[in-house]
Amino acid sequence: MQQTFTIKNPTGVHARPAGAILKKASTFACKVELEKADGTRVSAKGMVGILKLGLKQGDQVTVITEGDGEAEALQAVGEVIESIFE
Amino acid sequence: MILKGIAAAPGYAIGPVFVMKDNQVKVERKTLSAPEAKAEVVRFSEIVNQAIEQVKEIQEQAREKMGDEQAEIFESHILVLHDDEFVGRTKEVILEKNINAEAALAEVTEELVAFFEGMDNEYMNERAADFRDLNKRLHGLLTGAKQASLSDFEEPVVLITDDLTPSDSAQLDRDRVAGFATNIGGRTSHSAIMARSMEIPAVVGLKDVTEQLHDGDIVILDGTTGDLIVHPSDEQIAAYRVKKENFAKRKAEFHKYMNAASTTVDGHTVELVANIGNPGDAHNAHKNGAEGIGLFRTEFLYMGRPNFPTEEEQFEAYKEVAETFGKDHPIVIRTLDIGGDKELDYLELPKEMNPFLGYRAIRLCLDETDMFKTQLRAILRASAFGNVKIMYPMIATIVELRAANAILAEVKAELDTAGIAYNKNLEVGIMIEIPAAVLVSDQLAKEADFFSIGTNDLVQYTMAADRMNEKVSHLTQPMNPSVLRLIRMVIENAHREGKWVGMCGEMAGNLVAIPLLLGLGLDEFSMSASSVLPARVLMSKISLADAKEIAAKALDMQTADEIQQFVQDSFPVIEELL
Repeated sequence: MQQTFTIKNPTGVHARPAGAILKKASTFACKVELEKADGTRVSAKGMVGILKLGLKQGDQVTVITEGDGEAEALQAVGEVIESIFE
Repeated sequence: MILKGIAAAPGYAIGPVFVMKDNQVKVERKTLSAPEAKAEVVRFSEIVNQAIEQVKEIQEQAREKMGDEQAEIFESHILVLHDDEFVGRTKEVILEKNINAEAALAEVTEELVAFFEGMDNEYMNERAADFRDLNKRLHGLLTGAKQASLSDFEEPVVLITDDLTPSDSAQLDRDRVAGFATNIGGRTSHSAIMARSMEIPAVVGLKDVTEQLHDGDIVILDGTTGDLIVHPSDEQIAAYRVKKENFAKRKAEFHKYMNAASTTVDGHTVELVANIGNPGDAHNAHKNGAEGIGLFRTEFLYMGRPNFPTEEEQFEAYKEVAETFGKDHPIVIRTLDIGGDKELDYLELPKEMNPFLGYRAIRLCLDETDMFKTQLRAILRASAFGNVKIMYPMIATIVELRAANAILAEVKAELDTAGIAYNKNLEVGIMIEIPAAVLVSDQLAKEADFFSIGTNDLVQYTMAADRMNEKVSHLTQPMNPSVLRLIRMVIENAHREGKWVGMCGEMAGNLVAIPLLLGLGLDEFSMSASSVLPARVLMSKISLADAKEIAAKALDMQTADEIQQFVQDSFPVIEELL
């Protein structure tokens, strides 16, 4: 399953938002990946990968889930991605 | 000699320096046999586990010294130490190249540091510092190297270093470190943020200060200007001792006013609140002594995205602010002030010749009713969680106020039907920023619950001087008698109807303007968070009676300069606070 979300946090996905995404993704058994508009794809369960996407406010990112609980994971991770952390 | 850097945290430090150079990790590269490399991977795993334990301890120290917010950075360190792209990658390099862990780690770190430093976003650039920090920690554990010690000095030192990593900062002993100066960094770098939250004076971005100074050199560090004075004269030291003392006194005095009411010597109390642009600012405003929010600009919710924010997103943001301050503190939420010079990609508006006189704010919202209703619904729902008030921007006529209120009534009726909670007594006010509104403020006051004077626009419209145009910037005169007379008119008309008046322009936080505004009867002053405490100190040292007298005289004067000088001469305390 996949759905595209928009980053709303004014300072983008830096350490704290990345940690929150990772922690949420890690609560699901299924595969959870993030894909940026330029095609870069990383696991949402790895801190460095998420940071490497360098997501800024207004950027779009597609969450791709596959496996057990994929629908719940998609929604839950999407929610964190769209949260505001500042 | 004076070295010029970037002022990172205010305050002064005088004393000998301690140069900490071990930030550049020297890495010894060893080639291993295949079995040795396998063993090296095991050793590295153990070291990573030790590092995780260490970081957890430092996180606790950081929490105690700097609060939860700064401690969070270490949470991300722990997550990275569990990450395959860092730890796993290092193990791969050890096995692929048959080299020692130190060398493999250095390679992986270097790649990541280069990657993050190459990003065009300063928040992401800062991640490079996190990886350097982790590399240093792991390298230290791998080699068993000892850290340089600050305890060799009797008196507190000024720490000189390449950069202060988050762990360095968390472990700083405030009794031993009077201040610090670094080669690299800017206002928003880790080291600067940490210094401000620990209240240690700091200067960053001095380029090669670690090369220019030697242990024991005496310096004066001025965290307010960014100067580092090397080998100061006795006179300079004496002068800075006085500055340092005054700074400490002032800080202690300001602190006493943190949770105090804003009351004049003759017992008149006003409200000092803050202007904010996003929910995070609310925490900062709270920490700076604001009694609430006098202007929550909601534009940020709409900008930098491809579509309108949903009701839910807005509700969450408004609720967060309301909950930061609690039930008793006012939160004035201004409805969308967009259009003209502030554009939204998804709201296709034609370019205008005169954006400040154009299709914006309430003018736009009254046409885009779906967008406006969504926002009003979100604000109303948030009103169940705190003392939320609604404020319409750019009202020029009473017809606009009525039209906006009619839409609000529709939204309330919808919420009633749906059984959704909101504060039925929620106050609805307007910005007074157009001279036309000032002139009919007697009529507007009958239908609005409060006014908030937006001086930035009011001055620009009154003087007919574009505030973005440098050629006419001398006409941006909030203290001009014309503007002051308009302000007086607004306040008198509101008070006649028993309504309160606030001000949310920059003028409200201006220490010279405050006595005048107080004297004219202003009830609420909304300003940037950092202006709140100085304003409260001033308020507590002057009397309403004096302020009234001075204001009455000032409004009969002819020029802004004359008025400014007159107020400053009348209240010498302003000088001390400026």
